[in-house]
Amino acid sequence: MDQFTLNLIVVGITFAIYIGIAVWARAGSTAEFYAAGQGVHPVANGMATGADWMSAASFISMAGIIALAPAGGYTQSAFLMGWTGGYVLLALLLAPYLRKFGKFTVPEFIGDRFYSGGARLLAVICLIVISVTYVIGQMRGVGVTFGRFLEISTDMGLYIGAAIVFAYAVFGGMKGITYTQVAQYVVLIIAYTIPAIFISLALTNSFLPQLGLIGNYAPGGGDQAFLAKLDQVVTELGFTAYTADTTSQLNMFLFTMSLMIGTAGLPHVIIRFFTVPKVADARSSAGWALVFIALLYTVAPAVGSMARLNLTTTMWPNAVAGNALDGDAISVEAIQNDPRLSWVKTWEQTGLLVMEDKNGDGMIQYYNEANPAMQAIAAERGWVGNEVTKIDNDIMVLANPEIAALPGWVIALVAAGALAAALSTAAGLLLAISSAISHDLIKGSINPNISEKGELLAARISMTGAIVIATWLGLNPPGFAAQVVALAFGLAAATIFPALMMGIFSKRVNKEGAILGMLVGLVFTAVYIFLYKGWFFIPGTATFEDVPANYFFGISPLSIGTVGALLNFGVAFLVSAITKAPPREVVDLVESIRIPRGAGKATAH
Amino acid sequence: MVDRTGHVTSDRTSSNAYWSANVRIILISLAIWFACSFGLGILLRPALEGIMVGGADLGFWFAQQGSIYVFLVLIFVYAWLMNRLDRQYGVDE
Repeated sequence: MDQFTLNLIVVGITFAIYIGIAVWARAGSTAEFYAAGQGVHPVANGMATGADWMSAASFISMAGIIALAPAGGYTQSAFLMGWTGGYVLLALLLAPYLRKFGKFTVPEFIGDRFYSGGARLLAVICLIVISVTYVIGQMRGVGVTFGRFLEISTDMGLYIGAAIVFAYAVFGGMKGITYTQVAQYVVLIIAYTIPAIFISLALTNSFLPQLGLIGNYAPGGGDQAFLAKLDQVVTELGFTAYTADTTSQLNMFLFTMSLMIGTAGLPHVIIRFFTVPKVADARSSAGWALVFIALLYTVAPAVGSMARLNLTTTMWPNAVAGNALDGDAISVEAIQNDPRLSWVKTWEQTGLLVMEDKNGDGMIQYYNEANPAMQAIAAERGWVGNEVTKIDNDIMVLANPEIAALPGWVIALVAAGALAAALSTAAGLLLAISSAISHDLIKGSINPNISEKGELLAARISMTGAIVIATWLGLNPPGFAAQVVALAFGLAAATIFPALMMGIFSKRVNKEGAILGMLVGLVFTAVYIFLYKGWFFIPGTATFEDVPANYFFGISPLSIGTVGALLNFGVAFLVSAITKAPPREVVDLVESIRIPRGAGKATAH
Repeated sequence: MVDRTGHVTSDRTSSNAYWSANVRIILISLAIWFACSFGLGILLRPALEGIMVGGADLGFWFAQQGSIYVFLVLIFVYAWLMNRLDRQYGVDE
């Protein structure tokens, strides 16, 4: 059976499972549509949160982002700590209290706690900006994965993906999404770890990639640490060592913090904790979510660094046992004819790996041409430039099954896993968007007297609208698709997280404080990002060139969310101190969410 | 929704004590959260040079592996401590 048929079968089976769940888990009420009837087991919710959280970027790109970073892999640890440490904040500071509050959306809590329709509306705006920018990347991920593995156009892939999400999100709401995400988690984690185990076994003799990362490099004889070997090989070719220290601790600190508090402030993640039966379940469920997330996140740096070493020793065969430059580079002829290198050809065809024999010597020299020491060596040996002109981040994950010569069904599984990662995150985001529209806008302000049935219908129509818009944006991605991470995390960190935290931990912060705090956080963070990335991300409109020399106090636009959050807290406390304290019933509300007892009856299903 | 306005004072004292116990546990947990990631993983890395975990230096290991394991333990210990506290104060479900 050829690879294409195999991909089709495996992806087809997973899609059939998702549709089956959609038929089984139809939502009958708004409580089921928004919060799965608050009857989801904490372990199942943890798994669903894992899939909800881990996007196409986590699955396909993160390992490569870490391993191929020009400043070295260590500096990118911000992603690993930031995207997991946020769950500690969720478990300790937000999830249990918001579950006790017992309603359906994040803006609803902000509106009730700060007794203000304006605060609720502002939260809806933040939520929609955050979630819409985020969902574009997911829809692209679906289209690209289809295009790469199933030989159909990106656009066609996008339509198919949107139709699948439509089936389980519109009919099943949160209930359908939850159980589909559980299935999607299982698919994506198997797809990620199987190739990782094999590459770890090959490079370090270690079954667990987490131990392989700190183990010894086996092909070179086994007496050198894997990381030391990787550092040696890449520095020999003029690249920065994988474990090189960061050049700016301040930036790494602020970036990690932005990702952490941004994670804790992402609405589509928070609403997952509304679905468990009890407050105690919300706490433990955050722990389970991190268990399932950590399974991928502790493997990712191993996958990335091992794939990078593998690729580098492929380009310089002598590097396996000795020094790369003591031998010749790989020959064009070997790439064409050696069956063990067939994956190089495969990925060249996709354009993710591009090679060009610039000096026509029949060999492909891979090195850092920007490094002066390497330029000297190159001049001496007659090289005219780095001949591996492109290594896409995604290849560090996608090519692994072929590099490790794993059977075709593993490759098919990786395709299904990438689709599961993108679809599950898209569905969670779409639910956050549609519930903000039907519950916060329609029921909350436009038509408060809407019936239960009417609201359920409104929720389904909003979901359909959100899917149509997300699909359109996926088909016509605005130029700024790559910048969305900065915006989504920065805004979540600077607006929603501080508002929620102050709403729970302070009885004194009032309406005026919260609204002004959110506004300042929103405007400050967005403006700082726009200054460097272009106003509203329109190319060519950036006020300053996006280079460290231009940053205020050296703070990159990616890290600015932390500062925005501090400003939000500061403004909110200051303004609250000089304006009227919140009314009695709001203080009572704060006291009631701090006590777990009485979170409301769960709905079994 | 629990309206506590009409309740006797002992009830309020008890829930205040519950809340301050909770805040204390949160502060200790956050100190650990900060120490393993921002501390060992970033700020103290240069100072810890030479201490190895297998083939990785301690700071690097905490940044790419260790802090995640600490986070995990932290959440489950917090959940366990809070369940105990909930029962102690009779506010469990």
